[in-house]
Amino acid sequence: MTTVSDAIPEVQESHRRVDLLQRPAKSTGWWSWFTTVDHKKIGILYAATSFAFLVIGGIEALLIRLQLAGPNGKVLTAAMYNQLFTMHGTTMVFLMGMPMAVAFGNYLIPLMIGARDVAFPRLNMFGYWVFLVGGLFIYSSFLPWNGGAPNAGWFGYTPLSSAPIGNGFLPGHGADFWAVGLVMLGIGSTTSAINFIVTVLNMRAPGMTFLRMPVFVWMMLVTAFLTLFAIPVVTGALIMVYMDRNWGSNFFNAAIGGDPLLYQHLFWIFGHPEVYILILPAMGIISEILPVFSRKPLFGYTVVVFSGIAIGFMGWGVWAHHMFATGLGPIAVSAFGLSTMLIAVPTGVKIFNWLGTVWGGALRLNTPMLFALGFIAMFTIGGLSGVLHSVVPADTQQTDTYFVVAHFHYVLFGGTVFGFFGGVFYWFPKVYGRMMNDRLGKWTFWILLVGFNLTFFPMHILGLEGQPRRTYRYGAGLGWDLMNRIASVGAFIIALGVLLLLINLWVSRKHGQLAGDDPWDGRTLEWSTPSPPPEYNFAEVPEVEARDDFWHRKYTEDDRGLLVRLPSGAAESTGPADAEAAHHIHLPSPSYYPLVLSLGLPILGYAAVYHALWLGIIGAIVLTFGAYAWAIEPPTAEEPR
Amino acid sequence: MTAEQISIGAGHDAEHTGTGVSNTKLAIWLFLSSDFLFFGAFISAFLLYADRTPAGAKQLTDELNIPFTSATSFILLMSSLTMVLALAAIQRGDHRRVRIWILATALFGAVFIGGQVFEFTEFVRNGYALQTSTQSSAFFVLTGLHGAHVTIGIIWLLSLWGLSSQGRLKTADAPKVELAGLYWHFVDVVWIVIFTVIYLITPLTQGTK
Repeated sequence: MTTVSDAIPEVQESHRRVDLLQRPAKSTGWWSWFTTVDHKKIGILYAATSFAFLVIGGIEALLIRLQLAGPNGKVLTAAMYNQLFTMHGTTMVFLMGMPMAVAFGNYLIPLMIGARDVAFPRLNMFGYWVFLVGGLFIYSSFLPWNGGAPNAGWFGYTPLSSAPIGNGFLPGHGADFWAVGLVMLGIGSTTSAINFIVTVLNMRAPGMTFLRMPVFVWMMLVTAFLTLFAIPVVTGALIMVYMDRNWGSNFFNAAIGGDPLLYQHLFWIFGHPEVYILILPAMGIISEILPVFSRKPLFGYTVVVFSGIAIGFMGWGVWAHHMFATGLGPIAVSAFGLSTMLIAVPTGVKIFNWLGTVWGGALRLNTPMLFALGFIAMFTIGGLSGVLHSVVPADTQQTDTYFVVAHFHYVLFGGTVFGFFGGVFYWFPKVYGRMMNDRLGKWTFWILLVGFNLTFFPMHILGLEGQPRRTYRYGAGLGWDLMNRIASVGAFIIALGVLLLLINLWVSRKHGQLAGDDPWDGRTLEWSTPSPPPEYNFAEVPEVEARDDFWHRKYTEDDRGLLVRLPSGAAESTGPADAEAAHHIHLPSPSYYPLVLSLGLPILGYAAVYHALWLGIIGAIVLTFGAYAWAIEPPTAEEPR
Repeated sequence: MTAEQISIGAGHDAEHTGTGVSNTKLAIWLFLSSDFLFFGAFISAFLLYADRTPAGAKQLTDELNIPFTSATSFILLMSSLTMVLALAAIQRGDHRRVRIWILATALFGAVFIGGQVFEFTEFVRNGYALQTSTQSSAFFVLTGLHGAHVTIGIIWLLSLWGLSSQGRLKTADAPKVELAGLYWHFVDVVWIVIFTVIYLITPLTQGTK
């Protein structure tokens, strides 16, 4: 019998096993979503949950823009405003951006490298549940008896966030929910990063060498390494914050020699790679879309891959540019200014490679392509305003103004979110076997593009005019009224665009045009499978002979270098003839224990926030039960004999 | 290749993986590399605060009992030897010795933890606690988290010992012992760094003042 390895030792003899919960067997029906270990289903769960958090974070942004639509806004109190901008940032970074990338990675990495699942299917499910319960844990701080949501910013600078609860800096438990919740989410991110790395390194189909891998897989690999090394640093910093606030330690207590800047260093050693964790997956997505819709291979594949790796390495050496205003001294400031200029080089190289891909191509301007082109344009603006921050005197002037808000929204919305939306339109037919409405999609794109620029472009000007970030109102007569009004109108246009996207998703799922296996004339292996792919992905593991292998199975070149379509059959997806073979494929069986294990975490979290020992014991019991039951349960249930 | 021969994860069969290293072993290496940076955060905090305690306050160096901790540290390092012996025993199928060496490893770990508990209690009794100074905060949280790692390792080892006693840890399960061993050696290596920083370097910085 073939089995899937797993992180925890398992025992094979089922007759000696004590089944505390009857093992789930069904892989269909609504209940199967709680127990599935299929990477495609888990990918869909990640995507759906990320979209839900996108809407929640978006509503928070709309409330912020309502408050700032005019001078002396009265929609929100200062306390509510602080909670909303903190939760908007926390949500969009940790509960939308990172998990949405994991959603794409989960669904696509095994399909793109010719594998049947990820290396650790149950660990994969665990990562999803931790993400969900971690998100709900942080949001439970909004419940009235928990004393208010986190309100110290998504970065939670000390000593504001770390001063003991008793001294009244930040009353309520918001900052504790934030610190403990992010530690929890970090556990989930780390498990999915490990899973992706092992899958990519160990489970590529025969012939899928590193330099034949799709760029998206490459970017997810780099992202996974960044996640693996960045998360533990912020976890350490968050534990220090939690200890300072709750148990009287003095990591950041300046009164007796503690150094609040230590926190900023630790946070940004995580925080800057985090920026690349958010952008690299989207860069991977558009590197898949652009060649397909230009009908050309990616220009300079190797250079794009190595630029991504270079960004991954250099991303560790630029963190202090978030701290230029703190007085690091001329040498440190110059060094980090220089490294910040340098990291623009591989990024710029990528942009030119994308342009080279589009150049002279037979362009098809479908929705995914529009989003990919929008990514290039908007990300370039965001990149240029980013390079400005390497000029230290300019940065010192811009720190904590709306200029910074404008900059990172051009990168993370105009870049990351546009990339994600393009990816949603591109791969939706693979996931559901139906097309999304392209006409509505194009409307969505243009509405989002207009709304986005209306919202965030004026913020450049507002920032240069000195409007401070994170301030709940501004006075009349400062000359900021018009620009703020425009930004607020733009925010609601963005909301309309997102609404159209969600409607398109919902309706197309059941009523979209049938897509077939390869609607875009794709280049990578996922398009060689049926839409939606069967549970086992590939009836027969593909043998890869070239980069863009699937394309080369469909097309060849004649003497003049023109494309000639090969007779069909070579590229046929695996049909019912293989159903017999598929019957013998042992897939990992569904399991309850990832869910059980993850449920222990929020219980421990509440115990940590409220110092409740009895709750901690309950959480530890749930955790121990989940861990042991998981370890004893074999990954694949024995077949009935 | 028939469908039956194709495995998904390639499991313990390392020859079918891209790197030649089994999935689980690669995963634990990745986890440990991540965990090292976790300790890195606290080690940098400790180094930052190593010589920052105000002159009037209690100094860590006055509390440290270096010979005592050197002894418990030596016992912890020796547990790496017994861990290796346990792995060697299971690889040649000597299950009685597997249990002896695993138990010895867990016992040595427990002695180290006992020493740490004694140390913490003594410090607090002498008025040197988590709240005393920036340095005391860094000391207690750093060594405490290391102690938590050792404790998890002990639980892991005892679970393996339990499986082995029931005859459920076969010779083919040697990779499971190896995984626990990798974790255990990692915890030891981290302690070498922590011991050097706290017990060897810090007294030197105090001397120069």
